[in-house]
Amino acid sequence: MSADRHAAPLPPASASARLRRLKALVRKETYQLFRDPSAIAIGVVMPVLLILLFGFALSLDVTNVPVAVVMEEPSPTASELAAGFALSPYFETYQLTSMPRAQQLLLQQKVDGIVRLRSDFARQLNSGDAPAQVLVYGTDANRARIIEAYAQGAMAQFLARRAAEGYPAANGGAVSVQSRLWFNEADDSHYFLVPGLIVLIMTLIGSFLTTLVMAREWERGTLEALFVTPVRVGEIILAKMVPYFVLGMLGLALCMFAAKFLFGVPFRGSVLLLTAVSTLYLLVALAIGLLISAITRSQFVASMTTLIITFLPALFLSGFLFDLRSMPAAVRILSYALPARYYVNLLQTLFLAGDVWAVVLPDAAALAAMAIALLALARAVTTKRLA
Amino acid sequence: MLEALLRIVALIRKELLAILKDPRSRVSLFLPPVLQCLIFGYAATYDLSNVPYAVLDQDRSAASHQLLAALDGSGVFRRIAQLYNQADIKTVIDDETALLVVQIGQDFERRLSAGLPADVEVIADGRNSNTAGTALGYVDAIVDTFNANWAADHGEAAPPLRVTTRAWYNANLETRWYMIPALIGTLTFLQTLLLTAMSVAREREQGTFDQLLVTPFRPFEIMVGKALPSVLIGLIQATLILLVAQLWFRIPFAGSYLTLYAGLLLFLLAAVGMGLMLSAVVATMQQAMLYAFVVMMPFALLSGLTTPLSNMPQIFQDFTFVNPLRYAIDIAHRVYLEGAGLDQLMPDLWPMAIIATVTLSAAAWLFRGGLE
Repeated sequence: MSADRHAAPLPPASASARLRRLKALVRKETYQLFRDPSAIAIGVVMPVLLILLFGFALSLDVTNVPVAVVMEEPSPTASELAAGFALSPYFETYQLTSMPRAQQLLLQQKVDGIVRLRSDFARQLNSGDAPAQVLVYGTDANRARIIEAYAQGAMAQFLARRAAEGYPAANGGAVSVQSRLWFNEADDSHYFLVPGLIVLIMTLIGSFLTTLVMAREWERGTLEALFVTPVRVGEIILAKMVPYFVLGMLGLALCMFAAKFLFGVPFRGSVLLLTAVSTLYLLVALAIGLLISAITRSQFVASMTTLIITFLPALFLSGFLFDLRSMPAAVRILSYALPARYYVNLLQTLFLAGDVWAVVLPDAAALAAMAIALLALARAVTTKRLA
Repeated sequence: MLEALLRIVALIRKELLAILKDPRSRVSLFLPPVLQCLIFGYAATYDLSNVPYAVLDQDRSAASHQLLAALDGSGVFRRIAQLYNQADIKTVIDDETALLVVQIGQDFERRLSAGLPADVEVIADGRNSNTAGTALGYVDAIVDTFNANWAADHGEAAPPLRVTTRAWYNANLETRWYMIPALIGTLTFLQTLLLTAMSVAREREQGTFDQLLVTPFRPFEIMVGKALPSVLIGLIQATLILLVAQLWFRIPFAGSYLTLYAGLLLFLLAAVGMGLMLSAVVATMQQAMLYAFVVMMPFALLSGLTTPLSNMPQIFQDFTFVNPLRYAIDIAHRVYLEGAGLDQLMPDLWPMAIIATVTLSAAAWLFRGGLE
């Protein structure tokens, strides 16, 4: 080991001397962190900005969809159906009488859907077979599908109301689905966006910021300068990690605060467990940051690599937004190699379901294994590069 | 005039050399967009194709089997467990073995045959409520079909209202068709913004920018010389993603390439203008990168890529007026899926033209400021 070759001539350091050295180094790194306005931008401004965006701007809950209800021939029955749409919190209706005008609105994206009731709607409904057409703007498929489902729901309610008024109803013997959404009874998309937000912030501070700072030191050769002092490689790495670790934990605290008081997202697990798994994830993120910077030793390549390896997968491949089970096998297998996957799963469970050990234990074990392996690797690569 | 042109060409040549001479940065410019497009193309979909579910069938009748067979036959639902008591529901949902539990009560068939409504309780894991909601939507659709078949088989009257649905431009409602064209704008935006933000900062840090300023180059020429190579690289990246979308994912292209590239050119000018403006105000590469990132995040999140713009509060929708990515994604969708022409894209084009003009002139002006 080359590190030993350098370290050998030194007098054996006592534990207290090493601790003092470490403290001095940590202080230096902390000063360096807080003197750099760009580090503050990532470590403080970014998390606050992300919390605001995720909390207030992003939402997958579809409400107030503009739809055109086309009644080709006004009748009390058709108006009743249209009123059902107008009163629904999901829709904002425009009542029209001609289809071409509605299609024009759809093309201009003034409305997202058209409900078309043909001219003899009332008569056909009374005779038991009335066609109604729902036309949606399909480009945004997810939204379109939700709108379709809402439209069908509104029609079903209309039929149920009519049946209650004594009109001939549908077949009585139909299956009706009573659905219940566990853990998120209110069906509020913030419930899963906010835990995902924590993952993004921890990745940002743990990997992105660390990579940048370290890559600059590699690029400028200031790490080598540090290496000729009696400090050991392990101590350098540890001292670099401490301030970012603290910053990451502060980010977590900030998110928890916002989740509880700003967005009203419940937290049903234990805070101790949350802290423990977050520590593991942060260690993994820091190790990745150290590793990427030691391998690339260039700020540009390092930042690009971190963005591609850690940040974008945390958004796309972690199960935070998109369901992992529905991805092709190759992509799913790839996702097992990504720490963000386990952390997203842990956070969603701890926030909404509570301390479910069957989920927590395997995920935490995976993160712990990654943390150990990556930290050892980061230390080895750093040692090799410095010697 | 000719001299100025020659100078700009020389500068562009130099910039391209500087960007492309390092094999690592060459790889990091062209490989990631393709790989990301492939991976995210598969990953970024809200459609479900594999939903594990468990069954608590207390009826165990022909009717309940028929309903479950309809679920199994959908190709989406995969039955992973047969439960025998209520307490098991919590276990399979909690430890994520099942996304849904379908519970059928013991009088299911009796009620159905008697012409009474028969309830089926579906419990969904709402940890990701969007996924759960989509899965529940699939269940509703399957149950609707089941009801129609049941009515037909038992000679009952069909529901008096027949709803047919149709989606324009994306008949099967595949989210992939929405995501991948959006990636053309998103991935090139991330890369060109970083690239240009770094370009002047790198020269500043290495001291070569001062040398450039004492040459006969005017600030405007420097700006053009810095902007065009990045626009060119952005166009190449966009082309690569476009190729993946068409050759690999086979998403039909409805519009005209000329229209798409006209939109992309304007978009890249705006993106590059932002990058250069950023680059002109920062002192180091590190700052350039960090600030680029601080700008990129909100722009990417408020672009309509992951969540629809129309769901956002008005104040955030107003902010997206200065977001070139928002227009690029809209253009990509409208040209790619809908075949829109330039005249229809005007509401997207002119804001980008304004952003490009403002940011590029500001960058040129800021470069001059650097001389003093």
